[in-house]
Parts: sequence; C-alpha cells; structure tokens
Amino acid sequence: MTEALHPSVSAKDYASDQEVRWCPGCGDYAILKQVQTVLAELGVPRENVVFISGIGCSSRFPYYMGTYGLHGIHGRAPAIAYGLKITRPELHVWIVTGDGDGLSIGGNHLIHMLRRNMDVTILLFNNEVYGLTKGQISPTSRPGQRTPSTPWGSFEHPFNPVALAFGAGATFVARTMDRDLAHMRSVLKRAAQHRGAAFVEIYQNCPVFNDGAFFAYTEKESKPDNALFLEHGQPLVFGQNRDRGFVLEGTALRLASFSDGLPANLWIHDETDRTKAALLVQLLGTPDDGLPRPFGVLYADHTRPTYEELLAERRQHLVQHHGGGDLSALLRGKNWWTIGS
Amino acid sequence: MERHRIVIPDVVIVFAGDSGEGMQLAGVQFAHTSALRGNDIATFPNYPAEIRAPQGTLAGVSSFQLRFGSFEVLTPGDQCDVLVAMNAAALKTHLHLLKRGGILIVNEAGFDRRNLRLAGYPEAENPLTNGSLSDYQLIKLNISQLVGAALADTGLSVREKERMKNMFVLGLLAWLFGRPLETLEELVTAKFRARNPEIAAANSRLLHAGYNFGETSELFASRYEIPQAELAPGVYRSISGNEALVLGFVVAAHKAGLKLFYAGYPITPASEVLHQMSNLLSYDVYPFQAEDEIAAISAAIGAAFGGHLGVTATSGPGFSLMSETLGLAVMLELPLVVCDIQRAGPSTGMPTKPEQADLLQALYGRHGEAPIPVLAAATPADCFQTAYEATRLALHWMTPVIVLSDAFLANGSDLWRIPSVESLPPITPPFATEEHKSNGVFHPYQRDTRGVRPWAIPGTPGFEHRIGGLEKEDITGNVSYDPLNHERMVQLRAAKIEQIAAELPPQTVTLGEPEGELAVVGWGSTYGSIYSAVQECRAQGLPVSHIHLRYLNPLPRNLGQLLRGFRRILVPELNSGHLTQLLRARYLVDAKAYEKVQGIPLTVSELVEVIQERIHHD
Ligand SMILES: Cc1ncc(C[n+]2csc(CCOP(=O)(O)OP(=O)(O)O)c2C)c(N)n1
Ligand code: SF4
Ligand SMILES: [Mg+2]
Repeated sequence: MTEALHPSVSAKDYASDQEVRWCPGCGDYAILKQVQTVLAELGVPRENVVFISGIGCSSRFPYYMGTYGLHGIHGRAPAIAYGLKITRPELHVWIVTGDGDGLSIGGNHLIHMLRRNMDVTILLFNNEVYGLTKGQISPTSRPGQRTPSTPWGSFEHPFNPVALAFGAGATFVARTMDRDLAHMRSVLKRAAQHRGAAFVEIYQNCPVFNDGAFFAYTEKESKPDNALFLEHGQPLVFGQNRDRGFVLEGTALRLASFSDGLPANLWIHDETDRTKAALLVQLLGTPDDGLPRPFGVLYADHTRPTYEELLAERRQHLVQHHGGGDLSALLRGKNWWTIGS
Repeated sequence: MERHRIVIPDVVIVFAGDSGEGMQLAGVQFAHTSALRGNDIATFPNYPAEIRAPQGTLAGVSSFQLRFGSFEVLTPGDQCDVLVAMNAAALKTHLHLLKRGGILIVNEAGFDRRNLRLAGYPEAENPLTNGSLSDYQLIKLNISQLVGAALADTGLSVREKERMKNMFVLGLLAWLFGRPLETLEELVTAKFRARNPEIAAANSRLLHAGYNFGETSELFASRYEIPQAELAPGVYRSISGNEALVLGFVVAAHKAGLKLFYAGYPITPASEVLHQMSNLLSYDVYPFQAEDEIAAISAAIGAAFGGHLGVTATSGPGFSLMSETLGLAVMLELPLVVCDIQRAGPSTGMPTKPEQADLLQALYGRHGEAPIPVLAAATPADCFQTAYEATRLALHWMTPVIVLSDAFLANGSDLWRIPSVESLPPITPPFATEEHKSNGVFHPYQRDTRGVRPWAIPGTPGFEHRIGGLEKEDITGNVSYDPLNHERMVQLRAAKIEQIAAELPPQTVTLGEPEGELAVVGWGSTYGSIYSAVQECRAQGLPVSHIHLRYLNPLPRNLGQLLRGFRRILVPELNSGHLTQLLRARYLVDAKAYEKVQGIPLTVSELVEVIQERIHHD
C-alpha cells in the first residue's frame, strides 16, 4: 500500500448510491459497513479499488461500493481477478464470494487463486446455506441440516473453509464473524494489508434460511466458551473465566483447564508457524464436543512472493537478456526472405 | 551421372512413418527450404491423437503432406506425387493418396514380419514383393541399413541412428527436387547445434549421404525442377495458422497501445497458441495457463475490465465450457476475442482432425439473446488478418468477438507476405473521457451514435462504476428489472452488432462473375479447395463463381442480394450444413449443402465433381 493516506475519507466515501437490498437483519450489512470502514482507515483511493464477486446474496456486494466493481457469474470471481491482477497489479482487488459460490461451483478457481498467491483479498461469506436460491444446502452445511433439497436432513460431510484454504497453499488464512465488529475490522484490515492472497472466512448469519447457525460463537452468553480468539504471540486461552487453553503434546493439541494463573507450557500462537497452523485450521470445535473454534489470523506467510512479483521478475529477466520486443523481428521469425526490391 | 531434368509446375510429397520417426520435422524442414527457394507452399500435418501409439501400428502413423509449386498454391493437394512410407502401416494408411505412376519410396526395414503383421497384412503377404505396387515407381531402400553404414564410425546408438532416418530421406528428396542442401543443412543443424553438436553433425552427414545416394545410385532416371513462383515483392516467411493468430493479436494489441493478456487451457489443436504466447513475455504479452477454459475466458474478461486486450483460444470442448461466460461478456460489453480452433466432435471426437461443426455454436450457443460477431479464417496466413480484424472489431465496438479456425489451418502452413505494421488499420478503443459525464456523473452505458458504450478503466478517479451480469438500466447501467428496459437493452445490444456490418466492406465474389448460374459459397478453411475447384471448373467453361465469407455475424449487408443473383447456390462445409441453414433462414434462398464430416479436408476433385453434377444434372 503505497498511496498517501487520505486523512479526511470516511466509510461513507466508499459507499455507492445504490439502495442496499439484503433482507433485514442479514449479516451482510455489517460486513459491508466494516469493509468500507477499513478502506477509509487505510485511505486507499476509491479509484484504485475493485470489488469482484460471483453470484449469491453476498455477491451483490460490489453494487454497494463506490469503487470499481464487477458482479460476475457464479463461482468465477477469482478467475476474473486473474486477468485484472496480472495486467493491473497495482490495483487493490477484493473478491467477495459465498459458501456456495466459492466452495461449490467456484471451488476450482478459489483453490487455484490461493495456490498462485496473487495479491488479492478474498472474503468468503459463510452462512452455511444457499441464500439467493432460497435455502438449499451448501458445501458448508452441517449434517442433519433440513433444507428444501435435504428434507430428511443432510448427511453430507461439510468443508472446513479455513482448512481447505490452508491446504490449497493460502499465505493468509483468517476467520471472523459478522456480529463482532471490532474483530471483523481488525481481521479485514490485516487481510487487506497482506501481500498475497488473503483468505477470510466470515461467519454470516442468514436470518431467513439458517438463522442462528453461528450463535454459539457470536452471542454474548455462549461466545466465551466456544470462540477462541487468536492473537499473535499470545497463549491460546478461552472460556468465560479464561480458564481453558491448549498445550501442544507431540503433534496433538490437548485441552487444558487451569484455575490459578496460566500454565507455563500453554501454546503460544505463532501465526507464521506452518505446523501449528495445520493443527489450528483443523480445530473445529462445537458446543457438543466442548472444544472451541479459533477466530482471528490462523496463518500468515509473509515471505512467499506473489504471482505478480514472480511474473514481473521473469519479464524483467527476459527483457534484460533478450531485449524488449522487436515487432518486425517477431513478424519475420527465424527464416524469412525478400522478393523484389 | 548427369540426370535428365524435368520441369514441373508443382509437386505433392507425403512423408509417412511411425510417430517417433520424425516425419513432421522432415516435412516442416523441406517445406521451409522450398519456401526459401522461392516456391509457394501449403502443408498439412496429420498426426495421431495418441502421443506414443504402439510402434508399427496403423494408429501410430504420423504423416506430413507438403505441396510446393511455381504458382499460387492454395491447398496441400488431393493426391501426392511422392509417398515416403517408412513402414508397412504407413504404406497401408497412405497408399490411397498416391497418384498412379507416382514415386513410392519405402524403407524395406519397416516391412519385416512384425511390421507386416501389425499393419494387418495377411500372413506371408508382402506388398513390396507380391506385385501389388506395380502401378507405381517403387523405390525400395533399406534406409535403416544405409543410415547405419553412413554413421558406422560414430558412437551413436542404434536407437539414435534409427531416429535419424528422416534425414537420409530428406537428403535424397533434396537431390530429386533440386533443393539446396545448404539451406536444409542450416535449418536442421540449427535445431540441434547448441544442444547436441554430435547429433547435429550426424544429421548433416545423413543429409549428404541421402543426396549423394540419389546422385550415385541408378534408382532415378530423372530429377525434377520446380521453378520459382511469381510472387509480389515483399518480405516472406512460411507460417502456420496458430502462429499467424498469435502474431495478429500481438500486432493488434500493439497498434491499440494495450497489453495483450492471453489465457488458455491446453487443448489440441489450440495449445500451440498458448505455447507461442508464452514465449513473448518481453513483448508486453501476459500469458496465463488457467485451470480450465472457464477460468481462461473469465480471466480475459478481467483483463478487459482493467483496460487491456483479453484473448483466449480453445477447441470445441473448451469453447462449450466458455458459453456462460460469453453471455457475461455480452452483458458487460467489454472487448475480448475468443478463438475456437475447431476439431472433429462432439465430445473428444477426433481431436487432431479438422471439422467446421462449431459454427452454429459460435453463432447461437448461448443462453438469452446474446449476439456476438463471428469471423472465420480462410488460410493459415489469413489467421493473422482474422485475428487483427477480430481485435479491431472487439475494441471499436466493445464486444466479445469469436474467431473460428480449425485443425487444418492451425497446423497447416502457407506462405505469408509479412505486412508492414504501419499499413494496418488503426485501432482506437472508445476510452471514457470527461465528455462521457453528465452533470459530473459517469454513466457506463451511455452509448455513442454507433451504440457503443465508453470504456472506463479502474484507477481513473471520477469514473468508478459497477457492472455485472444482471440486466442494466439503459444509460446508467444500474441493475434494472423493468420489462421494457430489458427489451430495449436486448435490442440495443443486437443493433450494435448488426451495425458493424454497415462499417464492413460489402461481400465480393472471390472468383468469377458476380451473378449467374452457380455460386459456391464457403467459409473458413475450405477456401483453398473451393477456389481451386471453381478455378478448374471455370477452365472447363462451367458458369460458376466462388463466394467466401469471412464475416459470419453480422453477415455482409449485401449478401442476400448477391446470392439472389445466382440461379443455384452450393455450400460445401465440413459439417452437416450449418451455413446452408443460416443462408436459407436468413435470405430465403435455395442454398444446397455439400456436407462432409470425416475429419478430413475437402478435396478439389470431389468438389469439381459436385459442381459439374449440380450444373449438368440439377
Ligand atoms: C451457473 C449458475 N448456476 C446456478 C445459479 C443459481 N445460484 C445463484 S446464487 C446460488 C448459490 C449462492 O449461494 P452462496 O454462494 O452461499 O451465496 P449466498 O446467497 O448464501 O450469499 C446459486 C446456486 C447461477 N446463478 N448460476
Ligand atoms: S437470504 Fe439470507 S443471506 Fe440472503 S440477503 Fe436474506 S438474510 Fe441475507
Ligand atoms: Mg451462502
């Protein structure tokens, strides 16, 4: 981020004049507001920001931003971003996708975007359901979920988006929730600043088709016992009384309870540690198993170069060694000859 | 011995052998040499879909057809004058191409019991000895042995020597057809010199051995001379269709002052475009191997949104995958070019063989009302012009454009007179300016008088806007579900594409009178065959004209009138009558198809017959 800070900009400057049309109470509103706030805080000039989305309730997002935007087709937002990022690496490109858009029809592009590590920020609005098409299961829906396409209760095993992203080679993996504005803002800001493909799973409540899916993690009463907030360099501690945490035993996470003070061997979160991250992304506790679910930046690799950087390097190398493109030489090729004068 | 030299206008040679025997390489180098020698050329490589089909089998035969002449060579020829068959399978699969009395050069070593059995000859039957080839000038050589002897004092393995048999044959043919050995030697050794000087030296030794063998053996009674063709002054090279496409796009992007973003997913016969683009990093080309064709075309749209030229090329199966995204491109009205290098389908079909059966898909294969300009290339070299023109249209009219080529053009090559970049028409995209704002607000769908919307590029302050696949309100581009607005937008998009025809030159007759008895109407790679056939029939005094279409959508504005000037219309196509249907529906003319769906090109002789029949017996 090299632009000068625009000190006077506010979240409103990043809004478009279009009426926002999500259902009342939809979690998407909060996300929209926080994204606009983060952009204002970072002071990125509006004209340098592009939002690209697929199809779904969540994918309507670009219409509400006062930046450049492209509402694409179902699942293809990362693919559209390829061409934009490769030819215009200086732009701030955000990809907004849903659990169906990004993990079902567009799963292929999502994993390849992460593997390639282009410098984009990916927001996956996870409501564990297909909102726009009226409530069918999505790849993140839980076993037992009853929907119009699973009237008998789903028996499919769901994706864990952060584990999928990590497995695909993402250099930044985070999880946050629509109902914790401060947390969401801090995670979004980190994601926006990450150099490379940043993947953020946002738990998003769909009050119409899957109300309360994440309440265990987002509501005041249950949140402390079920949500584990990660902070780089800090121990993994959670619980109403902050009396539970994790220790690393061999290659396994073990839950530890303590009453007086933090034990010395508690796991300290190191977001740059790949081995630890591999365990963390797998930690998908539920109220039933007594384990928490981690929120925050699970993994961040600050070292891997981006696709754009590597491409620029190759190009520079070639130009240095073979010179810039000589068009007439290219047209003539290796074997050419002249007839007449 | 100084041999008698016979002057002939042209010659067709087919090199056929096992796919590992270097037939393609031999053909390409011989073609190059002939072009450099001043002949016009046309080539047609024909190779199996399998990378390494079992050795000696019919499925494993790879061949390269080459024609060079002292006049304008439009097709690689229906039949050949010389057939080189490196083994029994090559003979079996290609003998039908050889003219009666033609020269048949066979490698005896490729006709042992095993080879004969693999080629499916009956037990104890050897075509080389049973008299069945008495209609041809049969030249039996044990090429393996000759090569072994020529390279006896080298440290090369038998396997390596076997792979160089093609060089001996090249040398021999160079002698037979008076090709300069030095040129051939230069081309061949340049390929290996840096990597493996020993192989380069052996190759060059074999070229000489083959040449000298021709000179000293008494096998050939005469040599042949093909005089130079009379060509317009200029700089020439030989070029394949895929190479020409690449250059067309590179030059067009350069003329427009844009980066060329190329995305592709490997598929025969389009992969070569991706390979070539990938070699052009230093030319402001941004090549990208996508994870599938949907990603490839989507990425091209992304580049277009960013203000650059997005291009992708594929073949039928990939083109089908792109359909949904083409719809998006229509809605967005962004410039982009999609090439479908057609092959025999449906599905995987015959992936290395030409066909023209994607025409209706290109024209109509989308959901909703989604008109897209469609252009077809007529010859390998014409792929340059087609790519350039497609880009020009895409950028001038803010629309996706489809280019149709096929396996015949993609791999085949012909002579290309290199145009000067300055002489090509300018390309000026309609970038948004302050004038496109009303009361300070930019409206992305405010069209100009031609119906074209302005192109506003991210990074430009004051032009921030959102576009997408949802129907948009006329002018503002905001999402709109208004019924009348939708109908209006459908009409505006269609009118814009139709309007292109007004700018294009009227359709002319490619050969013959602009009215009369019979018009043979074609499009795409059948150009050479149709032209040659019409030429031949006209020489016989038949009243026939050739009309060849580059623009398939929008069709040339005068086409209906032109067609109605003929009593009969014959439409030869490598499909089941796609263009025929279109012409009938569009102009209510009695167009009749000549359909061929065999994965092989039209021959001139079959067309001559069809034309004669239509004129005499209809
Ligand atoms: C090719 C295609 N198939 C199906 C659809 C229909 N469709 C639109 S959105 C959607 C699912 C969206 O779910 P999700 O990504 O979870 O987004 P949400 O609405 O929940 O935010 C589907 C199936 C479509 N638009 N395009
Ligand atoms: S259906 Fe659900 S996700 Fe979609 S807008 Fe309504 S509440 Fe939000
Ligand atoms: Mg969803």
